[in-house]
This record gives sequence, structure tokens and C-alpha cells, in this order.
Amino acid sequence: MDHPAPAAQADAAHTGAALIYDARIEGGKHWSLTVRAGTLIRLVDLEGGANVGMLFFNPYNLLERYNAPDTLKCQHTFKLTRGHCLYSDMGRIFCSIVEDTAGWHDTVCGNANRALVRERWGLSSYQQCRNEWHQNGHDAFLVEGGKYGLGRRDLAANVNWFSRVHADEEGTLTYDAGPPRRTSVDLRFEMDTLVLLHTCPHPLNPVPEYPKSPVRVELRHSPPVQADDYCLNACEENARGFKNTELYRRCGAPAARSAS
Amino acid sequence: MIRESGLSPDAARHRQVVPAGEYWFDVVRQGQRFRIVDVEGNQAADTLMFCADDPAERYSFVDTLRAQRNVYLSVGSTLLSTEGRALAEIVADTVGRHDTLGGACASESNTVRYALEKRTMHSCRDSYLLAVAENERFGLTKRDLTNNINFFMNVPVTAEGSLRFADGVSGPGKYVELLAAMDLLVLISSCPQLNNPCNAYNPTPLEILIWDPDVS
Repeated sequence: MDHPAPAAQADAAHTGAALIYDARIEGGKHWSLTVRAGTLIRLVDLEGGANVGMLFFNPYNLLERYNAPDTLKCQHTFKLTRGHCLYSDMGRIFCSIVEDTAGWHDTVCGNANRALVRERWGLSSYQQCRNEWHQNGHDAFLVEGGKYGLGRRDLAANVNWFSRVHADEEGTLTYDAGPPRRTSVDLRFEMDTLVLLHTCPHPLNPVPEYPKSPVRVELRHSPPVQADDYCLNACEENARGFKNTELYRRCGAPAARSAS
Repeated sequence: MIRESGLSPDAARHRQVVPAGEYWFDVVRQGQRFRIVDVEGNQAADTLMFCADDPAERYSFVDTLRAQRNVYLSVGSTLLSTEGRALAEIVADTVGRHDTLGGACASESNTVRYALEKRTMHSCRDSYLLAVAENERFGLTKRDLTNNINFFMNVPVTAEGSLRFADGVSGPGKYVELLAAMDLLVLISSCPQLNNPCNAYNPTPLEILIWDPDVS
């Protein structure tokens, strides 16, 4: 698959749409929202060095969730970037990556948990540190998921936006900090989706201080998908994924909400 | 890494052949060793593991890969749970490399990967769903069918970030053997995939063997 240089993609057509809502999320926090098909979420790593852990669910059937292995094998990729679609376990597309100035996002390393955060950055309890405490991605997802009745049984492999992890020929994994600059990634939602997110550090981030890079989450309406859409045409698999998703949008999802 | 086991099949307390398209779902006790044999070669064994006392704690490929800093499983790999605890360790392996990125096949992902017309073909997920339905005593449902291990499957990753399903590196009689670090529920689908060259379009049986801790 062809991936144009990040510079050529910056601030492309989608920013023309009016901003519906935006939120600044500090590092080490969590949030969630339900978005309708046709919503565009732009995630902005404001200073470089951010990590955004993310999980996706069908809000009408929480058993349908993001499936990282299906996403990777359907598109013959180990990384996520522009042109890739994020698949559910039901062969449908939650969202497409329509722009990306970062170029590589991880989906195989999961979250830091409490023990890992304590080992790498030291214990920093809420009692001691209030809002500066060292939250971890695993607990963050349990808290956000709990708001929708989700628990430990529902947490599958997540995306780590803005984090790069390479594998060499022997399979050895290496974390790459990437450039310390502002980057962004645009997610166009192809079906109604419950999004859980956290801004806790990537589990392989080696920096000595607990990283607290902020992100901005911007919501816009996306123009309809055209026949020459980059993600739709990125591979034959995605064309079939869009067909599956269209069937669900037209006949499966609640009608009042599926109109975009 | 290749390492043969010293255990004799004759000393196993349990032996069972699992034909392609069927499942094996049972308890393996702490300290027991269990072997999965690729009887005729290039047969994927799609494997899930759960903590028997608390099945909400289960195999986590992301925690396993991150902790060992490597995407492939072989001798020495400790299979970690979602809580970061050891479920099992790979103690023998005559293949050398196993996949845990590729997930299990499902009719829905088959429609994406191959053709919409594949929507009714048998898959590992169908075997998993029948397994949890027929074994209600274990208390599992579709909710628990998460990302699995593919023993005997070869899914190479490149430095540039591509991934593909390659020809198998396994062969007739090759096996992988695990030591259970806690009481486990183990659910294995003998993969029925007919659309992928990884098993030469020819799904074949697996055999499961279990040895008690005091057998050497």
C-alpha cells in the first residue's frame, strides 16, 4: 500500500468542516464518547510524545468490539496509518484512518498496568499527588468501560495512537519515540461507535519521568465516502469491509441513529 | 528455538485426537504439561487459555509480547494473563516459531479477507462458539473469545511494518509442549480454514497429550 509522506497530508480537506466540539485531554487521563457514523475525530498530539490508548465497541451490541488481529491480517500490516481501517470482530469497519501526519501507530503492545507504572516511574498515589498521580492505561479502560457495563472480559487489544513499535527479522520489538513535534491522525467513523480512550503512557515508553503529553480531540462532520476514497480503495479487503458495514448501517443499526 | 521433550507419549494420562473443524476444551491443572501435536503438518491450533478459578483473567497476547519484547512464541516464552501473571510456559517446541498476532478465523473476517461468498464457511470462531455453548459449566460466552495463539502458524512481520500469512514452518509430527503455571481452562480449535495456503488448503487433525506433574 502506498503511504504519501506525512508533510503532503497535513491539514488536508477534512479540516474544512466546521468544528462541532473539541476537548483538551491532559496526559495520564481517560475519557469516552459515543459517535455516530459520519463523525470525524481528529486526535492531535499537541507537543509530541503523546500516547492515546483506544478501544471501540458497537454501542447497540457491546459484544462486537475492535479486533486488532483481524485489522492487521485483513490489511497485511503490522502498523496502522493512513488508508487503514479498524475492524470489528464482525467484519465491519468502526473507522478509517483518512489522514495521518505521524505515520505509524501501534496496536500490539497493550497498556501499562499498575505494577509496570510503579516499576518504571514510581508509585504516585492520588492521596499524595491529586491530579498529578500516575494513572495507568489498564485501570483507565476498566473505569471508562465500567460506565457502559463493560469489564475485564471485554478488554481486547487496543490501539496506541502516536506510539511506534518496530519488529526486526527475529521479531524483537523496539519502541521508537518518534519526532518531538505536533502530529495528528483523523478517524472517519463508518458506523456508530462507542470509543474508550486514555492518554496514559505507552507500556514500552522508556523516558525517566512519567510522561504527561496532552492531546486535543476535535469532532467534525465528515463528507460522505466517495467512490475514489483512499481507504475504500486501499485494498480489496477494505472494499468488502465497507460492503459489510453498509449492510449493517442500512439494515442493522437503529435507523434513527444510523442516518448521518 | 528447537527443544525436544523428554516425555514419553506412553506415560501421558490423556491422549486425544482433535479432527480439523472440531474443538478441545478442558481443564489443565497447575504443574501438568500438555502437548499439541501437528499430526500431519501445517495445521493451525487456535488456542485460548483462562485462569480456571477466575476466567475473566485470560491469555493476553499484548502483555505476553510486550514482556518478552518479541512477536513470536517459542521455548522460553511465558504466556501472560490480562493481569500480568504467568499462565503457562513453553517448555518444548520442535517447530521454533508460533504466531499470536493473526487471531482466529471467523466467517465474518473471511468475508473481508477472501470474498463475501465465504460468509457461511466453517471457522475457528464457530468451533469456539459451539464449545462455550456445549460447556456452560465453564461459564464462558462470546464475550470471552478474545485474541488467541496460533500454534504451528507462521506470520512474519517486517521492519517496514508489513505482515503476511506465510507457508507453515511446521511439519508432520512436530509439536509444542507447555507447563501450566496455574489451573487453566484451555480451548483449542483445530482450524478448518480452506482459504489460506498456510495449511496447504488441507486442514488435518491435532493430537493433545497431558502428563501429570510427577511423570518424567
